[in-house]
This record gives sequence, C-alpha cells and structure tokens, in this order.
Amino acid sequence: MLKILKPSKIFLFTSKAPKYVLLLFILVFSIGLLEALILSPEDYKQSHSVRIMYVHVPAAWISLGIFSSITILSLSGYIFKNKNFFLIAKSLAPSGLLFNIIALVTGSIWGKPTWGTWWAWDARITSMLILAIFYLIYLIAWRIYQNKELVFKITTIITIFGIINVPIIKYSVEWWNTLHQPASVNILSKSSIHSSMLFPLIIMTAAFALFSVLIFLMKYNTELIKIKNKGLDRL
Amino acid sequence: MIIEILHMDGYGLYVWSSFSFTMISFFILYLVIKKQFVKERDKFVTKYGTLNSKKAEIARSQTINKEILSNTQSI
Repeated sequence: MLKILKPSKIFLFTSKAPKYVLLLFILVFSIGLLEALILSPEDYKQSHSVRIMYVHVPAAWISLGIFSSITILSLSGYIFKNKNFFLIAKSLAPSGLLFNIIALVTGSIWGKPTWGTWWAWDARITSMLILAIFYLIYLIAWRIYQNKELVFKITTIITIFGIINVPIIKYSVEWWNTLHQPASVNILSKSSIHSSMLFPLIIMTAAFALFSVLIFLMKYNTELIKIKNKGLDRL
Repeated sequence: MIIEILHMDGYGLYVWSSFSFTMISFFILYLVIKKQFVKERDKFVTKYGTLNSKKAEIARSQTINKEILSNTQSI
C-alpha cells in the first residue's frame, strides 16, 4: 500500500493537478463570495457582521484540520519510516499557518462590533494564538535544522506538543466562560445554524479546502524538485 | 443597491476588511509558493543543462526528473 505513496508515483499526479485545482478553486470561491456577501441573509442579532463568519469559521476549521493531519503524518512517518510522510506534512504547514492567521485576524475584526474589543485574552482566542505559535515553531524548525533525521524527530515532537492544544481549542468554549460563542455547526447533533447560512459556509469551506490543496501541491512539487536538484549534484 | 452592499448597515468596514484581508493573504501566499517553485524548477533545468550526455541520460531515466523536464517549456 505504501508503494502508492512513493514520490515518483505521487509526482505524476501532483505535477499536473495544480492548474485544475486553481480553476476549481476560483469557481467555488466566486460562488462562495456571492453567497456570503450578497445572497445570504443578515443575522437578527449581529446584522451584517455575521458575514465575517464565512471566512473566519472555515479558516479556523481548516487550520485545525491541517495541524491534526501534520501530526498524524509526522507520527506515521516515524512509525513506517517513510520520509515522504514528513515531506507531505511540511508541504501542508504554510497553508495551515495562513488559515490560522486569517482566523485570528478576522476574529479580531469580528470582535470589535460584536464584543466591543479587537482582542481579549479569552480561552478560545488564546489557544488559537498558541496554535499559530506551534505552526511557526514547526516551520522554523524545518529551516534551522539541515540534518534530516534530527529535523524529523524535532518536528514530530513539536506536533505532539501542539496537538494537545487542538482539543483545548475545540472544547475551550465549554470548559471555560468565554466571550466566544459555542459551536453552531455540529456533525453528530443538530446544528443551530439555519440552512440559508449553512450553505454559504459549506461552499466557503470547500473553497478554502481547495486553496489549501493548491498550496500543498505547489509546495510539495517544490520540495521534490529541491531533492532532485541535490540528486543532480551527486551524479 | 451597491451603496447598501458596501455599507451593510454600518458593518461594511468590518466585513469588507475581513474578506479583503483573506483574499490578499491568499494572493500573497500563492505568489510566494509559486516563486519558490519556479526558482527550484529553473535551478533544476540549469543544472540539467550542464550535465554531459551520459549523466543527462541517467537523470532523465528517473520518473520525477522526466516529469519536471516535460513540464518545462524551455527544454
């Protein structure tokens, strides 16, 4: 099964995929923007400021999802002794960090009209900031350490510590009294969000996911070419 | 209609700045990653160009190298 995950097999797909993913992203994102900014209704309490949710929530979801994936990939890389897992994890990190920053910044902008402040040292916001710090440390580690075995070990340790923060982010609104509202969308139970708002949210999430796939593919291709560049030196 | 969409009952500044920040961030990250990709690919092509015919043949026999070169129009 792991043979399918060989870089040479993957590259045949990843080298051609970005242009199609980019086109699909532009299409889905355009529909999402139309829905989020014009067609979706305003909220009875928050009025038009609720539209910030359509960028804030998908960004937060995807940054959490990417960090969890990075952790699983790093651990799998260690267990199966597969360097490609580390390469995939490394390639996912830039978009994960970007979505984390977007979630923090748009959350801060949303906080001003809703809570009357740009920032609060609230459990949810602070734990999201900590996640951004973990993303930064993870990416810096890849830049600092040149020794492969060492960087694999260090980045795996960073993700293990970082993943502890993920359930804290998820349940922070239930464990502590926070300014942040509880989750409106639940997979296992009934969502409290109306379908007229859920639809644009799903479309924007799909668009953001496509963007992270696009960045991942481009970054992964870059990393593989970098390795091949070193290979040419050894010929 | 357009004024209404822009103003959004006084929330326009917050909504539009959030969406603008997101789109600008997307654009910047895309450009940065694209630049890194082009730089590495060009480096590969330049290095490949300096190889003698025997080494070039060995390099070209590898799937990834072949794919990189086939996706490069300058080759």
